[in-house]
Amino acid sequence: MGTLILNASPQTAAGPKVTMTETIKANNAAGTAAAAGDPRSAGTTMAVEDVTLRYGDANGVLALDDVSLKVAKNEFCVIVGPSGCGKSSLLYLAAGLNDATWGSIKVDGREVIEPGPDRGMVFQSYTLFPWLTVRANIEYGPKRKGLPAQQRKQIVDQYLNEVGLAPFADHYPAQLSGGMKQRVAIARALANDPAVLLMDEPFGALDSQTRGTMQKLLLRVWERQQKTVLFVTHDIDEALVLGDRVLVMTARPGKIKAEIKVDIPRPRSMDVILEPDFIALKRRILGLLHDEIDEDH
Amino acid sequence: MAQRRTAWTRLTTPFANIPAGTATALALAMWVVVIGGWALLSYGRVVPNMFLPTPGTVLQTTYRMSLDGSLFYHTLTSAKVVLLGFIVSSLIAVPLGLWMGTYRVVQAPLEPLVNFIRYLPVTSFVPLFILWIGIGIEQRIAVIFFGTFFQQLVMISDCARSVSRDLVNASYTLGTKRSEAVWHVIFPAALPAILDTLRVTMGWAWTYLVVAELVAASSGLGYIGLKAMRGFQVDVIFMAIAAIGLLGLITDTAFRIIRARVAPWAP
Repeated sequence: MGTLILNASPQTAAGPKVTMTETIKANNAAGTAAAAGDPRSAGTTMAVEDVTLRYGDANGVLALDDVSLKVAKNEFCVIVGPSGCGKSSLLYLAAGLNDATWGSIKVDGREVIEPGPDRGMVFQSYTLFPWLTVRANIEYGPKRKGLPAQQRKQIVDQYLNEVGLAPFADHYPAQLSGGMKQRVAIARALANDPAVLLMDEPFGALDSQTRGTMQKLLLRVWERQQKTVLFVTHDIDEALVLGDRVLVMTARPGKIKAEIKVDIPRPRSMDVILEPDFIALKRRILGLLHDEIDEDH
Repeated sequence: MAQRRTAWTRLTTPFANIPAGTATALALAMWVVVIGGWALLSYGRVVPNMFLPTPGTVLQTTYRMSLDGSLFYHTLTSAKVVLLGFIVSSLIAVPLGLWMGTYRVVQAPLEPLVNFIRYLPVTSFVPLFILWIGIGIEQRIAVIFFGTFFQQLVMISDCARSVSRDLVNASYTLGTKRSEAVWHVIFPAALPAILDTLRVTMGWAWTYLVVAELVAASSGLGYIGLKAMRGFQVDVIFMAIAAIGLLGLITDTAFRIIRARVAPWAP
């Protein structure tokens, strides 16, 4: 049965900010502990602390407002929120592709100051290198790292099999379907053995059937490879099928409104969406998101 | 059902493909119309032969000048001027354009200047080039260079700038350093567009040939055309023009083949 760990105090605009932050922080720690055992023993892979992001000058759009969260080692953490809530911006900050206005992000205890191969990312848009074959795309990271050819081949073969694309190793991205491209993108990110895998609505552009297949594949890979994942989506079903923990984000300015632990047993089949526990959690999140939309208008 | 559509419907559907045979037939028909119209006007004496030579005369002249080797000699001189000017221009424009499209700090000082220069007519610089460079082959190469370089620079800079940001971002998350992004990501990603730019500007380089050979040349296709004008040898002018067009067609095809070889992955 899914338990709601945190439903943050109602988002009144004039609400005392400090209290809000403290509440979220305290509950984040609790959520992590509940989701992946004691965070101190399991180890925190990623810690986002008081991150604020404002575009442009001091009067610019506030995209993220004092966001804090922790992702435990090997945890599958999902952020769900309405479009434009800044959830993607948060991933770009974690990847080091953009700078926060305030606050810090640490991965394995090191502060994020620029992009690096320890934070692999799968983007919503197709970002395979079109001039490289599938094999060469997956090999790109290990090559940059300077691994010897034999080891690279071993890694590439492993991940080609993992995503079921070995027969397409010598194809160019333009010859692949959207789902296949994203499978290569996942393999390419994992081939670098990142500390955390950041996924920015990676299946958002796919049709719903392909999306289901991809979710199944991602779960299988994640269960076998034991990776820390921070996954962003606006699809509640996707969040609940995949995640150990779902963070619900508010619309602009983006804040973490609630944290929901998904204790549906694994391995999960795609039929899990029909189970009462699942539906109860989904109703809970829908309620939280509807509050958001109502507040907006 | 495609089968139910009439041939006419298929031919008049926007963006629809037509059979390869039909396309070739249409292309040939166009040439037949152009050359046929020319034959009609010249053999029919609609236009006096002094101004419009007959296709037969032009072919005879071409045959004669091929036999004595003068056509080859002039073609070679022109090709040398155009190719050298074009290659020197491209060798500088490709890396500089890539930097310009990639780094704002390169773009900011260069772009206003380049946009000023590229609208200046090349012809107005010919007297200056003669004073500075003299009347040798270097002067002609300079004209070709001047005509293509600034256009190339702006277009290649645009090629680099239109590379997807997320492609570069993805490369960063895979361990690419900022300093490596230009050559490891932006250059290969922009390569098909760069090759297209080179192909288009190669065509422009040929169009500047006559300007380059207008003054102080003693050989070349543009030169023999000018010389023929003085002697009212319209057939030679026609031949020179056709030769330039044919060379343009050859270099264009060469670039298409190179692009298919170098970037087989690009549509």
